[in-house]
Amino acid sequence: MTAYLLKRLAIAIATLVLASMVVFAVLEILPGDPARLMLGMNASADQVELLRNQMGLNAPLAWRYLHWAGGLLSLDLGRSYTYSVPVIDLVRERLAVSLPLALIALALSTIIAIPVGLFSASRRGRVGDTISMGAAQLGVAVPNFWFALMLIYVFAVWLRLVPAGGFPGWSAGIWPALKSLLLPAVALALPQAAILARVTRSALIEVLNEDYIRTARAKGLPYRAVLWRHALRNAMIPVLTILGLQFAFLLAGTIIIENVFYLPGLGRLVFQAITQRDLIVVESVVMLLVAAVIAVNLLVDLSYAIVDPRLRSRQ
Amino acid sequence: MRLWKTILAAAVLSLAAGTSAFAARTDLVIGIPLEPPHLDPTAGAAAAIDEVLYANVFEGLTRIGPNGEVLPDLAVSWTISDDGKVYTFKLHTGVKFHDGTDFNADDVKFSLDRARADNSVNAQKGLFAGIDKVEVVDPATVKVTLKNPQGSFLYNMGWGDAVIVAPESADTNKEKPIGTGPFKFQSWAKGSSITLVKSDHYWGTPASLDKAEFRIVPDAAAAVPALLSGDIQAFPFFDPDSVAQVKDDPRFKVVIGSTEGETILSINNKKPPFDKLQVRQAISYALDRKAIIDGASAGLGLPIGSHISPASKDCVDLTGRYPHDVAKAKELLKEAGLESGFKATLKLPPPSYARLGGEIIASQLRDVGIDLEIIPVEWAQWLDQVFTKKDYDLTIVSHTEPNDIDIYSRKDYYFNYDNPAFDKVIADLNLTSDEAKRKELLGQAQKILADDAVVGFLYELPKVGVWDAKLQGLWENAPIQANDLTKVKWSE
Repeated sequence: MTAYLLKRLAIAIATLVLASMVVFAVLEILPGDPARLMLGMNASADQVELLRNQMGLNAPLAWRYLHWAGGLLSLDLGRSYTYSVPVIDLVRERLAVSLPLALIALALSTIIAIPVGLFSASRRGRVGDTISMGAAQLGVAVPNFWFALMLIYVFAVWLRLVPAGGFPGWSAGIWPALKSLLLPAVALALPQAAILARVTRSALIEVLNEDYIRTARAKGLPYRAVLWRHALRNAMIPVLTILGLQFAFLLAGTIIIENVFYLPGLGRLVFQAITQRDLIVVESVVMLLVAAVIAVNLLVDLSYAIVDPRLRSRQ
Repeated sequence: MRLWKTILAAAVLSLAAGTSAFAARTDLVIGIPLEPPHLDPTAGAAAAIDEVLYANVFEGLTRIGPNGEVLPDLAVSWTISDDGKVYTFKLHTGVKFHDGTDFNADDVKFSLDRARADNSVNAQKGLFAGIDKVEVVDPATVKVTLKNPQGSFLYNMGWGDAVIVAPESADTNKEKPIGTGPFKFQSWAKGSSITLVKSDHYWGTPASLDKAEFRIVPDAAAAVPALLSGDIQAFPFFDPDSVAQVKDDPRFKVVIGSTEGETILSINNKKPPFDKLQVRQAISYALDRKAIIDGASAGLGLPIGSHISPASKDCVDLTGRYPHDVAKAKELLKEAGLESGFKATLKLPPPSYARLGGEIIASQLRDVGIDLEIIPVEWAQWLDQVFTKKDYDLTIVSHTEPNDIDIYSRKDYYFNYDNPAFDKVIADLNLTSDEAKRKELLGQAQKILADDAVVGFLYELPKVGVWDAKLQGLWENAPIQANDLTKVKWSE
């Protein structure tokens, strides 16, 4: 187990170093000058040059990479060109929205998907299965910005139960803040739940065909007990894999939903930083996300070992 | 089901009753599409900075009024020497910055000297280039000497980039802006909103609003439900395509005004075959402005024939100079030896006027034999490739700076246009303060640009504002990009 852990850790670190080089290089190639963007069309070339010097953009490439990568090691993410505040502060503010949003959406999606998957698998080929899998197909197909707008029109404009968008901040109180995350979480959770339900169903169906399930049934265990105790547990591995991928996506890939609900999340920070060529913000946030994805993958790998004792003993 | 609906209705009613007070409201939430990168108008070109702070938090010697007129602001009055070179400003007294420090002539000298210093990163440094020296006569009087007489000096001092800042707070204005205006900065939740509150010690007429929150709503599709739900009460710069969804709703007022945004099909005047006058004129004849305005701007926006706003008193109507005439365009191309047409590229920045307008223009030019390849670019790419490196054939952009006809006389500007006769008119204009004479020179300048068909003049970008019908005092027009809240109040 320790050797296994150490190996995974070494791979993770190598991935991080490689990713930092790729991220930095790609953004260097990107055309566009942050100084010109700040100063606009009426500034002279001399002035742009002056601002480039002030921003430290004229230093040699290798020096800037080492300066930035070295900073990352000591958890210094640098200072934003446009906001001129430390990147870490920006990230912390945005995570206060993105992290709870991702967790709520993930929880919702799991709560919906697992029972639906169980239901479908146990009624395989019957009407209930067809209906719920049809609904899941619809959930995957419906564009989530459209679904989000429908939610807004019904719950914010017509019923006025929640705000149409925006985020008041946690300082406004837990309930007002949660309320503003509710619709976006539902909008995010639905397509994820649809995918997860389909994965759960097919994993379960596969397991239900195994011999030990027949044995369990044959020794007189009720169907329900077999389904929950034997089948679901064995079907968890693909489900956990998808959950891990979904969490990474929900953390930063939610730019469309953040735009529709004008939430100050991580996705919009990155998007805005790209359009303004706030390179240091893009680079540092992307690296954080790479680290997060690697960490989640590591956790998923470990959780395989928890649900499946055979994996534990094998290593 | 019926019970469920009754409960919902009751809940809605009680919520509504809870929020509507009988006294007039004193708070306002305004939607803006773009977040300012920082909050210092003297250190950046982003229009979003002025849209939050101009006239509300920061004030200049002069200011621009709702219809583009120059009004006194921190300067009570001024006198101009006979040679037109020395401006003596009399300042308001008893004015305080929001941090409690006093405002006086020293702050004016500091601000102007800072903006024109060698290491200044003021985005409109050119506004201050004509200043020779700034002298403090006494705490309430400041004397500005120009190198040459300059007709637009008082207007220039009204720009957001020329606001007066204090030496104590100038370096921190980006995060915590300190000005002299009727509102002071309260907080900025990045990515979300910026909140201003009424200043208690304002020197002039106090604002009616106690609190104004600028909320950042980047998606035009989100603006409509935000208005309908009452979360946001005003969108001074609304997406023209979404107007249809709210214009018949009596709860809202839709106000179509003018801007200073001349939307043009820019042409690289040095790049063959666009260096030929006939080719540029052929393009102008090929353009059908009405179809472009209908398709790219929901039918809103006035056609232009040269580089000046139709709302300006100095505008000469030249829209008839090149009527839509495909036969004439083909004839001109033939004269230029291009009867079989040619290929070119059209680079389009992100705004919808460019992306939608570009499709229509490409099809109109195809009718006369010009085959355009459309290349969408981001702003950063546009500034880099088109504006700085001049690596383009055609592009569409709106020049939103006010009174900016002089850009055509700038050396090395991205149009690559060079006409000494035009430069002479602009040079004369800069030295002229007499209104009638200026009008005449501006007329000449407009005609030269039209005759040379320097670019394809399309239309003036409209300002589409939508706000609560009970709200009064927001600007109808946008002579500069600002949301002046000093006179805004709720009726009732």
